[in-house]
Amino acid sequence: MFGNTDLQQLVFGRLTLDAIPLHDPILLVTFVVVALGGGALLAAITYFRLWGYLWTEWFTSVDHKKIGIMYIVLALIMLMRGFADALMMRAQQAMAFGANEGYLPPHHYDQIFTAHGVIMIFFVAMPFVTGLMNFVVPLQIGARDVSFPFLNNFSFWMTAAGAVMVMMSLFVGEFARTGWLAFPPLSGPAYSPGVGVDYYIWALQIAGVGTLLSGINLVVTIVKMRAPGMSMMKMPVFTWTSLCTNVLIVAAFPVLTAVLTLLMLDRYVGTNFFSNDLGGNPMMYVNLIWIWGHPEVYILILPAFGVFSEVVSTFSGKRLFGYASMVYATVVITILSYLVWLHHFFTMGSGASVNSFFGITTMIISIPTGAKIFNWLFTMYRGRVRFEVPMLWTVGFMFTFTIGGMTGVLLAVPPADFVLHNSLFLVAHFHNVIIGGVLFGMFAGTVYWFPKAFGFKLDPFWGKVSFWFWLTGFWFAFAPLYVLGLMGVTRRVQHFEDPSLQIWFVIAAFGAVLVLCGILAFLASIVVAFMKREELKDVTGDPWNGRTLEWATASPPPAYNFAFSPIVHDNDAFSDMKKRGYKRPLEGFRAIHMPKNTGAGVILAALSVICGFAMIWYIWWLAALSFVAIIGYTIAHSFNYDRDFHIPVEDVVAEEDRRTRALMATGA
Amino acid sequence: MSGEVHVLHDEHEAGHGTFKGYVTGFVLSVVLTAIPFWLVMGDVLDDPRVTAFFVMALAVVQIVVHMIYFLHMNTQSEGGWNMLALIFTLVLVVITIAGSLWVMYHLNTNMMLMHGHEPGALSAPADPSGMGSGQNAAPAPAGGHGAGHAGHGMSDMP
Repeated sequence: MFGNTDLQQLVFGRLTLDAIPLHDPILLVTFVVVALGGGALLAAITYFRLWGYLWTEWFTSVDHKKIGIMYIVLALIMLMRGFADALMMRAQQAMAFGANEGYLPPHHYDQIFTAHGVIMIFFVAMPFVTGLMNFVVPLQIGARDVSFPFLNNFSFWMTAAGAVMVMMSLFVGEFARTGWLAFPPLSGPAYSPGVGVDYYIWALQIAGVGTLLSGINLVVTIVKMRAPGMSMMKMPVFTWTSLCTNVLIVAAFPVLTAVLTLLMLDRYVGTNFFSNDLGGNPMMYVNLIWIWGHPEVYILILPAFGVFSEVVSTFSGKRLFGYASMVYATVVITILSYLVWLHHFFTMGSGASVNSFFGITTMIISIPTGAKIFNWLFTMYRGRVRFEVPMLWTVGFMFTFTIGGMTGVLLAVPPADFVLHNSLFLVAHFHNVIIGGVLFGMFAGTVYWFPKAFGFKLDPFWGKVSFWFWLTGFWFAFAPLYVLGLMGVTRRVQHFEDPSLQIWFVIAAFGAVLVLCGILAFLASIVVAFMKREELKDVTGDPWNGRTLEWATASPPPAYNFAFSPIVHDNDAFSDMKKRGYKRPLEGFRAIHMPKNTGAGVILAALSVICGFAMIWYIWWLAALSFVAIIGYTIAHSFNYDRDFHIPVEDVVAEEDRRTRALMATGA
Repeated sequence: MSGEVHVLHDEHEAGHGTFKGYVTGFVLSVVLTAIPFWLVMGDVLDDPRVTAFFVMALAVVQIVVHMIYFLHMNTQSEGGWNMLALIFTLVLVVITIAGSLWVMYHLNTNMMLMHGHEPGALSAPADPSGMGSGQNAAPAPAGGHGAGHAGHGMSDMP
């Protein structure tokens, strides 16, 4: 195409046509399927003229409810991708024994387990958690939006931009082959010269901006925007756990940013922070990334604990047992999560005193966590427990997570860890707590708050089917890995020699198929609910006999959430209002001051994708150009003072009257 | 024009300092920068490690100056939330830095063996009392495997 290779390098960097994996039939088929599916989706949106609607009502929205929903949609889409990777790994390990090499060559298998880990943590669990907090927290504290609504929109799009970069690596170039934390020296320039690790770094750096900013946003929202009367110790537990999670995000994510920047310098300008030369030390990377990485797991699990607290007390029809101890346990976990990071690398060779210190702190964390489990059990004790779908997830969680916690304490014993480190036992343990804890919590939260978001409940039958498939599928998939790990089988292996191990991997693959059924049933519960939305409609805004403020407003809530700021007198504010015979105000409405939508978040995130892509492929002119564009656009946007408007009083009256009529019609 | 901006920034008055405060902070910062500059450029102290210590100490003092005069830290602002956030940050920074130093020091002592010792030396228990001594893993004397262990009479070498 170009006679002059210098010119080609100047224009395209190291990007050539070879970067598109035409030689790999698996990727080619995936690409064709994605292209056809994506094309069909885009065509449908165009055909039904939905672009304008999506742009004005969703993409540019600064409404925390819509941004929260978009986060969860992103998480569910990425869950499909991450789970497809999981199925491929399970299939490969189930068949690759002896003479059979399986269908994935090592370089492809390594990309898949890396992508699986990165996607599941950064682009499934994180957006799920952030989305739920975004949607629920302002409603729970009786606020009209978050503190910085534009920043919220920008955060979402930066997270989505990171997800886009990971997806791009599937079809242009390759992804990292290093495992999900990209330890050097393997991730350094000598052993990973390709673009894979650069995709990893830039995807996480761009998404990290979004995560950090949304963390700041929610901390400020919770501290500054609570309804009158809601002191800290009257906040709902979900808000408390969200506060702690976001404090952890603000404290921990800069460490990740810094350590990835150092790795980037090693790769781009030839520094030696994490090589063995010139005073560098690869173990410093491991040390630093786990200083972020351990708080990260609590960032994920704390909001799930919050969901379970809300669900247990609602469906037991009781106040949460031990509210104060729940709050203190959460805060203690927040602090302790910073004192345990070395348990991820006991085997690196620090001495007995270091290992015993971190082993003991790790075991101590199980105390506040255990206190929480007992609080939930005591909340259920003598309660009028309704086993609706969110409650099923909660009970499934308590059973599964407790076992995951016990294997965790087992791994916290340094001598045991020397045997089990890097084995499938470890893989089984962290899936046990992340699936059994975080994911079950997010599903419980989604089913619980879905009627609030959309005005109708999810279909309970398919919800139950989904729960049972997930629960049994999880145990079928990971119990064999515990067994294999105890026998000494290491993780991230593409091919095995010993045929006696095969049966365990076949059982695990069967479990993965059950989980697939669980995911499909969950999607079915959404589709069926949409078709039966009149039957499952939530007119009152309070479908579960809820206890906190989000149930005091309509389902779905109006753009302004509350026509009047509620006044809080007690924990479980809405329960208290119902008990005291609270009457909805029917007049005296006023115009409401609200932030305006803006497309700046989408534009900045798109520019960031271009900048990251250019850096990955060494297209320096494009990187410089897009970077200047990001800075320039940010400055230009800061001069936009036209950011707010008033919802006219007639609109508020019309909205509230409609609700009054709906409530009268049901006799509520 | 400014009225428009003012609406968006009406809650910030509490934090702003005085002209005098800014000048004090500026002068202190200049002095605290000039001293380490002089220490390094003028080769004032014989031992470079002592110089490094003073530079670090003055940097910490300057951080405090910046926080008081430029960031207006005090125990009252924002109902004490600023102070709480600062204390939390300090705790985490101390944990991170002290923990990393401790961990990496131990790693160095245990793993960076100088003269081709046999692998058995790796299993030697680390000696916590050696950590505060400030000695690095200098070329170890024969029989010892890390300067921290020398002289404790705890050699467990075969």
